[in-house]
This record gives sequence, structure tokens and C-alpha cells, in this order.
Amino acid sequence: MLEKALVGGRKYWIWMISLLVIMGVGFIMWLWQLSEGLGITGMSRDVSWGVYIANFTFLVGVAAAAVMVVTPYYIHHYKVFGRITILAEFLGVAAVTMCLLFILADLGNPVRALNVILHPTPNSILFWDMIVLNGYLFLNIFIGWNVLTAERKGMAPPKWIKPFIYLSIPWAISIHTVTAFLYAGLPGRHFWLTAIMAARFLASAFAAGPALLIIFCLIVRKTTRFDPGEKPIRTLAGIVTYAMCLNVFFFLLEVFTGFYSNIPGHMHTIQYLFAGLHGHNALVPWMWTATFFAAASLIMLLVPATRRKDDTLVVACIFVFIATWIDKGVGLVLGGFVPNPLHHITEYTATVPEILITLAIWATGFFIMSALYKVAITVKEDQQQA
Amino acid sequence: MGVDRRKFLKLAGITALGTAAAPAAKVLAKEDLDFTVSEKLLHFFAKPEGFLPGEALTATRWAMVVNVRSLDHEIAEACREACHKVHNVPHIENPKHEIKWIWEEEYHNALPNQEHEFVDEKIKDLPFLVLCNHCYEPPCVRVCPTRATFKRETDGIVIMDMHRCIGCRFCMAACPFGARSFNWVDPRKYLPEDEQNMEYPTRMPGVVEKCNFCAERLAEGQIPRCVEVAQELSKEKGREPALVFGDLDDPDSEVRNLLRSRYSLRRKPALGTNPNVYYIV
Repeated sequence: MLEKALVGGRKYWIWMISLLVIMGVGFIMWLWQLSEGLGITGMSRDVSWGVYIANFTFLVGVAAAAVMVVTPYYIHHYKVFGRITILAEFLGVAAVTMCLLFILADLGNPVRALNVILHPTPNSILFWDMIVLNGYLFLNIFIGWNVLTAERKGMAPPKWIKPFIYLSIPWAISIHTVTAFLYAGLPGRHFWLTAIMAARFLASAFAAGPALLIIFCLIVRKTTRFDPGEKPIRTLAGIVTYAMCLNVFFFLLEVFTGFYSNIPGHMHTIQYLFAGLHGHNALVPWMWTATFFAAASLIMLLVPATRRKDDTLVVACIFVFIATWIDKGVGLVLGGFVPNPLHHITEYTATVPEILITLAIWATGFFIMSALYKVAITVKEDQQQA
Repeated sequence: MGVDRRKFLKLAGITALGTAAAPAAKVLAKEDLDFTVSEKLLHFFAKPEGFLPGEALTATRWAMVVNVRSLDHEIAEACREACHKVHNVPHIENPKHEIKWIWEEEYHNALPNQEHEFVDEKIKDLPFLVLCNHCYEPPCVRVCPTRATFKRETDGIVIMDMHRCIGCRFCMAACPFGARSFNWVDPRKYLPEDEQNMEYPTRMPGVVEKCNFCAERLAEGQIPRCVEVAQELSKEKGREPALVFGDLDDPDSEVRNLLRSRYSLRRKPALGTNPNVYYIV
């Protein structure tokens, strides 16, 4: 079935080859990083995680798109999602692959990565994150491929796949929860030490993932003969709206606790992010950009006229994507390191090689997704004709 | 080899206790480990002679007391320099890439949330030496996905296995004291060979490191280098020892005497990590 990814028009190949070029450039940069050390990035003793872990954290959320489609379809028998479940699952595959690549890019000693398996350490959340992410990757490939194969043959999916599908639902929740636990269980990092972290992760994930899925559905409709349909997009738009409301609400809860309690440690990072602290304000423009896009997206999503029109819905979805990416990546990950445990402030700026490696990993994700979408859509086009 | 090293480190700890296990461990060390662990690796922790019972300094809970009023910038700087010299810690100018095992901080940085605007100016000026707290409940150990950092059961020292560390830096995010450094660049580029201490290994890029309470010196019967230097200089200046090292589980130890007779502080006690480094201000 994979051979269907090798048949495509000119535009398809230009797209795929462009992605390969970006991947190649990033790969060379990664080789350089391997030989020089992570010193070629903008990370430091104080801000010891940067754009790699930021993107990793964000993309764990994107992988959620699948569960918001799979659950209504398989649990509530919401039939209209049947047309797009495969798109959601393959988006999950691409997103989780990017997550794993970002972790690998971030390791000081990637050749020793297998130590996590050779010396399994259940008290480490990173150990569990490795398990849930790889498990989620496996589940999505396995389920997606089997269901698609059945569809190609014009048959119902095999019955034995059902338990795997049901398992994938709590599993999707687990990848967000465990990733949130990476942060929420650390003493001395006030910004992260919050019980609502996992809930925030889920809310922003269920906004960002389905928002991307809407964009991809509309691209698929424009560029192929397969139409994901009107109704799934409307339902997804509703999901994005609810999730984005919750996401913003949860963030405001953090602001309340920090500022009403007036505990310095709970306020410092928020102050640093939105107003700057002791003259350090590198992230302030980012955070206000995120605030603007979050507010604008909420208005566009809440007003029925703009939510129901594809043109404005796409804009709203792009806004959601930008706002959640900045909030979760830039704000949450980088912000957590400022001020440092000794109340010094070190700021972080990503370097060019670091950005090129990051872009290459995104390109790898798009490459995988495009190939998988190509396969899925060709199958669906054939079915439509038959 | 990783497993052998780990066994080796544990044995070293047990042996250091000077219990009946020592002779057995000595035999093991000689017959089993000598040919599997290279000479260089042995140096990482201890020389084989360190196994001789009675020679190593032993405790069940090592701790340090920093008597800040005996410190001045000269002593603090001497401690830092001596420690970094003996452990091949490179001097890297770029503060983003620097490696620190022990260093000076100001009062409000070392003990945040303790400061108030009316604190004696002299205290604000004192050099607070900070280092790994060798916490009784170390968060770095809890989060490490490979147990590359672990608490030695025998004496409570939180120690690193540089050969297992994957460089994920989860421990750096977890440490509430900023005690850990990552080798962002190749440290050997900053360590001319003639300035290296050949008794202790250098590190490769991409691993985390920190103070090890001089585990390698304890195994040879020597107190930590910073304590040694601080005590010499304090004596010269006619002051109480600025750094004191000893066993918290021994009620007659010098550290216990000090903690009984003086009021002491620990860094961020509310976080429950239970540091084993105390400050007398």
C-alpha cells in the first residue's frame, strides 16, 4: 500500500523534495552538533532546555488530534468522523515521530539513548514518557494501517482491532499527562509546579491538534479529489472552540493563584513573560503576540458567522496554532527556567543551527504525514470511484 | 563495562565502611575488576589502594557545615579554585557554558526568600559558598532516566556515573539549587594537558556533572579538597574553620557539635529535599 506514496503529480514531488532538502540541511547541522556538542545551540547552564524540548512538548499535544476524532467515532458512533479518522491517526504518527526526533536532537549523548531501556528506571517520568510515546506511535501506525487496508478492500476493519482502538483513547490522554508530569513534579520550579499542568496540556492539545487537522482537511479538499466533508469540519471547529476557551481559562487560573496569593515565586515567571523582570524582557513580545492571537482566535471561533465560514475558520485555526505554540513552547518551557534557582536571570535565544535542526524535524514530520496522507487519500479516492 | 563500574562503585562504598565485607570486596576488586575496569576508570573513583580497610574515611551520612562568617572572598575563591583544579573542571569564560562545582553567591541568591531590606550589610557582603547539597531526598536522582546519578546507599553522597549519562538534563531542571552543570562544549579544549590532574578523569561533551563531595579523596582517607583549603586558610587567619565536614549520623562528630551549638540554615528547606549542607550565618 505504501507504494501509493510514490505516485504523484509534479506539485507533490516538488513539495516532497523541498522537504527533503530542508531535512538534509538540518541533518548536516545535527552532525555538526554531534561533533561540537550542544554548545552550538542557545541553551545554557541556566536555560538548559530550549527550542527542541519546546517543540517536543507542543507536538505531544498535536498528537492529540487523533483522540478527539477517534473517541466520537468509535465510542459514540459519530459516523461523520469516519471519513477523517485516518487523517487524525496519521497526523498523530507524524507528530509523535517529531517528538521522538526532538528528544534525540536534545540529548547530549544520543548514542547512549538506549540506556533508558537498558537501565529502566520507573521512578523517572522520562522513562514513562519514552514508553507512552513509543506505544502511541505503534498504536496509531498499527490501527491506521489495518483500518485503511480493510477500507481498500472494501471491507469492515477486523474485529480484533477494536481493543487496540479503545486502548488508544486513554493512551492518547496518557501521553499528554505524562509529558506534563515531566514539568509538574519538579520542586523549585514554581511556574511548572502546578497541579493543573496536565489539564492545561490537554486543553491546549485539544485546541491545537484539531485546529491543525481542520487546516489539513481543507488543504486535502482543495488539492485532491477526496472531500473530508462539511460536517466533520464543523464538529472539529466546535471542539477547537471549547478547548481553546478551557485553555485560556486554565491559564487565567494560574494568573489568579500567583497574583492574589502574592507569593513572589508564583509571580516571577509570569512577570518575566509578560512584563519583563529586572530589565530582562526577551520573551515579552512573544507572549503578547500569543495573547493577541489567542484573543483574536477566540473571538473568531465564538462568533458563529466566522466559525462557520471556511475562510475565516482557517484563519482562526492558524491563530490558535500560533498562540498555543508560543504559550506551550516558548512561554512554558523557556519561562520555567527564569529566574533560575538562585534567582539570577539568563535569557535564551535560539541559534541558527538550532533553528535549522528544528525546521528539519518539522520537515520530517510533514514528509511522513504527506506520504501517509497520500496513501490514505489515494485509497479513499479509489473507493469513491468504485 | 557499565555494570562492572556500578558494582565497583557500590563495592567501593561498602568497602569504605571498613566492615567485614571489606576483605571480600578487596579480593573481588583485585581479581574481578582489575582486568575489566581500565586504570583510568579506577582513577575516576578511587585507586585500588583505597580498598585497604581503615584507610578510607567512612560515614553513613556525610554532611558539610559552611560557617559563612569565617569566609571571605579570598578563602571562597581558593576553595573554588582548588576544587576545580583537582576535579579537572575547566574554566570557560562564556557564562552560558561554564561548569561549576562550588562557587560564591550572595546571601539573597544562596538563601532566596530569607532576605529582607534591613539585613546587616555585612551579611549581604559575605561570600556564600554553594555546592551540591547531597540531598537526603535528591530530586535529581528521582528524575534521572538511567540512574546515571544516584545516591550512594552507604554514605548518602549523590554521585554521577559519567559513562551512563545520556545528557537529557532532566536533573538540571529538577535540581532546586542550580548545582548541576552540563558540558555544552568539549571541556578538554579548556584544560591544557599539563594543567590536568591525571589522578582524576576529564569529561566528554554532553554529560552533566557536579560536586561529588570528593568521593575519590574520601576513599583514600582525605577530606574534601575545599574543606582542606578552607581550614588551612581559616587557621592562618585565626578564625573558626569556614568549612567543616563530617558524619551526621555520628552524634560526636564535629558537624553535629556545630549544629547543636549554633543556629543553622539550609537552602530551600520547604522543598523537602533535605539538604546535607548547612549554613551558619
